[in-house]
Amino acid sequence: MSRLDWQIGTVAAITTDTPRVKTLTLSLPNWTAHRAGQHYDLRLSAPDGYQTERSYSIASPPEQTGEIALTVELIADGEVSGYLHEGVAVGDQLELRGPIGGYFVWPAGAPDAPLLLVAGGSGVVPLMAMLRHRQRAGLPSPAVLLFSIRTPEEVIYQQELEAMAQADPAFTLLLAYTRQAPAGWAGYHRRIDAAMLAEAVARLPGAPQCYVCGPTGLVESVATLLQAQGLPDEAIRTERFGPTGP
Amino acid sequence: MPFINKGFHAKRPTDGPHKLPPGQYETQDFPVLTAGPTPRINLANWEFRLEGLVENPVKWSWNEFNALPQQDFNPDIHCVTKWSKFDTKWRGVSLDTLLEHVQLQPEAEFVLAFSYGGYTTNLPLADLRNGQAFIGLQYEGKPLTPEHGGPARLVVPHLYFWKSAKWVQGLRLLGVNKPGFWEEAGYSMYGDPWKEQRYGSDDDDETDTSSLRL
Repeated sequence: MSRLDWQIGTVAAITTDTPRVKTLTLSLPNWTAHRAGQHYDLRLSAPDGYQTERSYSIASPPEQTGEIALTVELIADGEVSGYLHEGVAVGDQLELRGPIGGYFVWPAGAPDAPLLLVAGGSGVVPLMAMLRHRQRAGLPSPAVLLFSIRTPEEVIYQQELEAMAQADPAFTLLLAYTRQAPAGWAGYHRRIDAAMLAEAVARLPGAPQCYVCGPTGLVESVATLLQAQGLPDEAIRTERFGPTGP
Repeated sequence: MPFINKGFHAKRPTDGPHKLPPGQYETQDFPVLTAGPTPRINLANWEFRLEGLVENPVKWSWNEFNALPQQDFNPDIHCVTKWSKFDTKWRGVSLDTLLEHVQLQPEAEFVLAFSYGGYTTNLPLADLRNGQAFIGLQYEGKPLTPEHGGPARLVVPHLYFWKSAKWVQGLRLLGVNKPGFWEEAGYSMYGDPWKEQRYGSDDDDETDTSSLRL
């Protein structure tokens, strides 16, 4: 069986990450080790023959064998995310194929280079796979995650990220709240800007490999600011999603 | 017995004047997908080239290119990331118009589109002719924005949209089908949305992708 043949996975666990984000852990009969940053295609089929597909980034690291975790944000009026949030229970089956994607993956060219990860909202999912892989495989790259979210209740993987930052002096977590920050918050309370990116880069011992994932506006802005700070285009990998203006 | 997800139904009507290719959904937005930063291109330095297996390579400056006859196009477009967008409104230069400027060598059967920023994608030459493709310069009556591939992008609506190279700089006529950026990474060599040719393993001819970095 090729890894791009459809297979039927079984929902082994469902966790609620935030009010609008859930993680489905699926056990797969034909699990293939993925690279952190890759995705799976998921296909839903209705009794009348209608089918539709979406791609979801893998949140779990390749060290978590036999299963994958897909973190799914509920999109307003979302045909697939709505079904995954409301219509799926532990033990249900879902059709998938993957892993897919050869570019937005880590490690890449310079595997030991410092790592700058910049996420907006659920754009953190493929970056989390990178951080979990880094941790589980004991990879030495110093890493910073700059994570932009609107409000405290929207921080996906918050406990795990904070624990990772506590345990590992080579990993820095920087949260930037754009709308509402927690009470007494001393950190960033604004959109990601040039000063914030310069501070993130300054926490690393050398020029980083950058992975930027989130809504188009954020990715456009961050990639342009990183270019302006002198980072070469080859060092900036992006993945964009979500609606844009017309 | 086909696999069915219990309780799943289409949220939107699927009939009407347009039909969605398999696996796609309609969006009203215009999502952006790019592997790296958006190139910012100075129009004073911009050029578009036809080269490779042609008797007389040609090169247009921005002003020269904009002086070519332009047409309006209103295609449905389909992205491999599953969205489709109906009745998009473009203005640009037909590939038929551009190809009138060159004398093709007889073995020219394929095209590698190349872009500012280093992106490439491959297409059969036949898929660019007879009104099937154009270089888009305007979208919805305005200059094409950089994140959507401006100042100029290839648009080949009958193939998945990664074939519609953003920030296009030229077309190289070739005698062999040479994979481009995403094709090297395991995506389909052709990309027919109606046959759902997303990845190399979906291609008719069983192109060997076993060594590729899917």
